Amino acid sequence: MALASSDSPELAGHFGEYGGRFVPEALTAALDELDATFRSALVDPAFRAELDWLQATYNGRPSPLSEARRFSAQYCGGARVLLKREDLNHTGSHKINNVLGQALLAVRMGKKRVIAETGAGQHGVATATAAALMGLECTVYMGEEDTRRQALNVARMQLLGAEVIPVTIGSRTLKDAINEAMRDWVTSVDRTHYILGTVTGPAPFPEIVKEFHRVIGSEARVQVLERVGRLPDAVAACVGGGSNAMGIFSAFIDDPQVQLRGYEAGGDGVETGRHAARFSGGSPGVLHGARTYVMQDQWGQTVPSHSISAGLDYPGVGPEHAWLHDTGRAVYEPVNDDEAMAAFAALCRTEGIIPAIESAHGLAGVMRLGRELGPEAVILLNLSGRGDKDVETAARWFGLDGASPEDGG
Amino acid sequence: MGSLQEMFDTARAENRAVLIGYLPAGFPDHEGCIDALRVMVESGVDVVEVGLPYSDPLMDGATIQQAVDIALSAGTATPDVLSTVAAIAATGAPTLVMSYWNPIEKYGVDAFARDLASAGGVGVITPDLTPEESGPWMRATDSAGIDRVYLVAPSSSDERIAVVAGATTGFVYAASTMGVTGTRTTVGSAAGELVARTRALTDRPIAVGLGVSTGDQAAEVSAYADGVIVGSAFVRALLDAPSRGAGLDAVAALAVSLAAGARRR
Repeated sequence: MALASSDSPELAGHFGEYGGRFVPEALTAALDELDATFRSALVDPAFRAELDWLQATYNGRPSPLSEARRFSAQYCGGARVLLKREDLNHTGSHKINNVLGQALLAVRMGKKRVIAETGAGQHGVATATAAALMGLECTVYMGEEDTRRQALNVARMQLLGAEVIPVTIGSRTLKDAINEAMRDWVTSVDRTHYILGTVTGPAPFPEIVKEFHRVIGSEARVQVLERVGRLPDAVAACVGGGSNAMGIFSAFIDDPQVQLRGYEAGGDGVETGRHAARFSGGSPGVLHGARTYVMQDQWGQTVPSHSISAGLDYPGVGPEHAWLHDTGRAVYEPVNDDEAMAAFAALCRTEGIIPAIESAHGLAGVMRLGRELGPEAVILLNLSGRGDKDVETAARWFGLDGASPEDGG
Repeated sequence: MGSLQEMFDTARAENRAVLIGYLPAGFPDHEGCIDALRVMVESGVDVVEVGLPYSDPLMDGATIQQAVDIALSAGTATPDVLSTVAAIAATGAPTLVMSYWNPIEKYGVDAFARDLASAGGVGVITPDLTPEESGPWMRATDSAGIDRVYLVAPSSSDERIAVVAGATTGFVYAASTMGVTGTRTTVGSAAGELVARTRALTDRPIAVGLGVSTGDQAAEVSAYADGVIVGSAFVRALLDAPSRGAGLDAVAALAVSLAAGARRR
């Protein structure tokens, strides 16, 4: 199979054998409408201008590229690690890039209401934010388990005027929130747009979400060339559904000399079965409208995932990642909870940056990768989110018992 | 065992609609499901739809989700679905499987079609499989000699209806409303309009599902459709019953009432 081209991997919504559209017929019309609207928007200079203006004046783009000098020296074998600071976006993660684009599509389609699923809460917060900005009604579905893990983000969404519905069925995490959002959408599709938060789901969602996160990679490529004078040796990101990774990978897929590295949640360890490592512990299947790698049992039932990070705690992955994996263009490895939390602490202490626990999985991967590639290497990591939402989880993990992490020992 | 086509022909000759009844395999347990489906057939259900319980049933409302949870928690797996089909097909009632796509793909597309045919099953309803993704499935069902049933919805354009009706065999499943499975107080006007639009584009029988739960609703739908599909109401009858015996009585009474409705078109 040929390598992916960053601009034309989609044959009718497929990435090789992955992707596609496995949905109730009731949604076909809405997906067709979304597809047509998206394609007309892409070639409409006014749409582009409005999105770019929001990205610059509301979101704060371009996001900076930070040198992680002390982190590199102490933890990464001296390799030069550059952090793409998506944590500095408005609302604290990369999620807002996609949401601003899709909310503009909702307005373009004349829809007055948006819905979203959320795991860590970052996508829900971003959606609630864009809905407030554009005067749209907003409902966010969140697994009950996650509403407990991420109580701060629940309050943020409510402050922004969104209705947050805890999902009390199934595993009560992101997977079940997506099921409920889909059920809502089937019922309300004539006036509602579903702002799917990652590069999965039925076509055209994987393509749309990638397109709106492409800005991460485009900016980073220019920034690295300016800073270093050459392309990086490797580009790394954490991979839940895989939107931040797809965003930064997109600008480097056609550069075969640049390694692409994705880090999935290894949870307690892939060998324990309590993880969210779809490539190490899953197999091809269909989940939430797309064929991709899925954690499933021998009968095709979805197996619950596990991770300390709510945002990576998902049994599926974007179909384009499945394709990049099978073609060998990108390499995916699991990072266990304990490694991720060690990297979390390391970045706090060496760089004065509290990362999201999701992003800490990428940092842990870079610690391995730096030692592997050596001190001459340049590694670009997408620091996809900030860790304010994770302070309580981290405090518990490190035994700080209510004290903030920077006070802890 | 009769085919779907014979059943629709018979019903048409008798000026009534075909009554199609659904339960998920393994609910309330393996034997309990078979018992209830047998009672349904004895009480007037013409065609049985055995649900394959799936962890992520995004077309299903709360009632069927609850039943599926019960079935999956008890370890119900694909071979249990096939043995349920075999038990019901033995009654002579045409028996279908309703399954989301992933369990079929994981079992093996050809193997599933073949094993279902061996069990006496006559077809499969796939609520999240579109004709566009169906290449291997069409070959497998043709080869095994079983029907494949696709859905149309009120949002389907005439072009879509033509594509879906062209791919389906057996009958076209018309979703009565934009929504998920569950009992509703009214079936709604969208169903009649959808059936009329579909009728203009295909000669295949058309059955209406989603939201039908009473004899009166069955009569209303039978006025324009060839078949009436009832699922959540049977599940609800079993969930609400204080005992296994009471559940079977409730299922029987519901089937009798629905069958009468299907004859009151």
